[in-house]
Amino acid sequence: MTRSVTVLRSGPLCTIQDEGRPGLADTGVARSGACDRASFRLANRLVGNPPDSAVLEVTFGGLRLRADADVVVVTTGARCASAQAHNGPVQLRAGEALVLGAPVAGLRSYVALRGGIDVPPVLGSRSTDLLSGLGPAQIRDGDVLQLGDSCRLMPGVDIAPVAEPAHAAVTVSVTPGPRWDWFTDRAQAALLGTTYTMTSDSNRIGLRLHGQALQRSGPGELPSEGIVRGAIQVPPSGQPVLFLADHPVTGGYPIIAYVDDDDVDLCAQLRPGQSLSMQAAASRPLVKGSP
Amino acid sequence: MRLLPSGSTALLVELDDLDEVLALYGALIKAPPEGVTDIVPAARTVLVVTDPARTSLSAVADAVRATVPDREQPAEAACLEVPVIYDGQDLADAARLVGCDPQELVRRHSADEWSVAFCGFSPGFGYLTSRSGTWDVPRRATPRTKVPAGAVALAGGFTGVYPRESPGGWQLIGHTELVVFDLARTPAALLRPGVRVRFVPHDAPS
Repeated sequence: MTRSVTVLRSGPLCTIQDEGRPGLADTGVARSGACDRASFRLANRLVGNPPDSAVLEVTFGGLRLRADADVVVVTTGARCASAQAHNGPVQLRAGEALVLGAPVAGLRSYVALRGGIDVPPVLGSRSTDLLSGLGPAQIRDGDVLQLGDSCRLMPGVDIAPVAEPAHAAVTVSVTPGPRWDWFTDRAQAALLGTTYTMTSDSNRIGLRLHGQALQRSGPGELPSEGIVRGAIQVPPSGQPVLFLADHPVTGGYPIIAYVDDDDVDLCAQLRPGQSLSMQAAASRPLVKGSP
Repeated sequence: MRLLPSGSTALLVELDDLDEVLALYGALIKAPPEGVTDIVPAARTVLVVTDPARTSLSAVADAVRATVPDREQPAEAACLEVPVIYDGQDLADAARLVGCDPQELVRRHSADEWSVAFCGFSPGFGYLTSRSGTWDVPRRATPRTKVPAGAVALAGGFTGVYPRESPGGWQLIGHTELVVFDLARTPAALLRPGVRVRFVPHDAPS
């Protein structure tokens, strides 16, 4: 008999995510996958799932799930009000519900169910890519999610002692992007010396930041070039965009800098209005031309 | 070849022109350095994406510098034939911009030998360049909010086929029934970098 859970309420935005679709960028397919990869990996580990199992990514809480059979569940990432299983797995009995209120801090929570969510993979992944439209549809009220049976021994952990997403300003390490030297000294200093605010016009594709405008040192057209998660792109407005999981494969505006890959997960937990500071990565000083 | 930084997991290789891009991409895709997950060609650059758990950027930089560009055209590779009904709404405008009449544009477009330079914009959307290099048509002043799947279009020296309905600003010269991106097929994209293409005129069904 297959096991399932029923989504009673999906909240503002809930999608299925896994590790994404590496290896297809040269055919125009972006990687996608969980926005906060560290929380995603922890969630699967805590319920004994293989690392590439599909989970729910819940943006700003609001999820209500009913177990149709006994199932072990955990939430990670943003801790939501009334969440019974945060960073520590619990068993839901058939008929019992998992309820996520609004997050106390952070934006995205991950719900791993033992066995993983079993939807047909698209190009090798169960991730929903909101830019390209690939992968399963956004979760709706009433959806029934089948669970797989691929799982390992439970890790025997009651609760994982991980840091909660920050309430206040977040600081991340950055390194120069390929077009760092297209920008004025003043713009380079502003990126590293002032804070930027995350605006509400942000999503899985990228964070639109607001702060001191970043001016280019000269005119010039940039032919589109490949980008990865963490790129800080500067459109003509001078207000930077920080790309997340569903970024386009290539971009036509210059990339001034990159957020260090590990720190991009912190950015995925920022909420509208929260501040972001960028500092030069210690091991890699911001000098032109050298990775 | 200039290696430009692109964060803690990737390197951007900047080259002088598209031919150099395709030569480097061709060599790298045949024998990807250990730990490289994606190789993304574009007009002047090749992005090399790594898995930081499996390699270091300096090792990959060394491997890229040591790569001998592959300038061989894959002569054995079959040429993909794309049947086109040349009935696009912008056919007359595009012909005027090229400096000929619509019949002549159709003749030249279908006589030219095209190849996919790189992909982008949406899954399976290839930017195709021609041998003759005479297709410098500007984008439409106002992009369309809806371009149908299969539309064959021109802009900026490239031709392309819209894999699915989407917004788009290219000049539409025709359409094809060929499904260029199909999730049920492996590989899903027909128009991958390096693939050679010929457009074959077909009459509209009466």
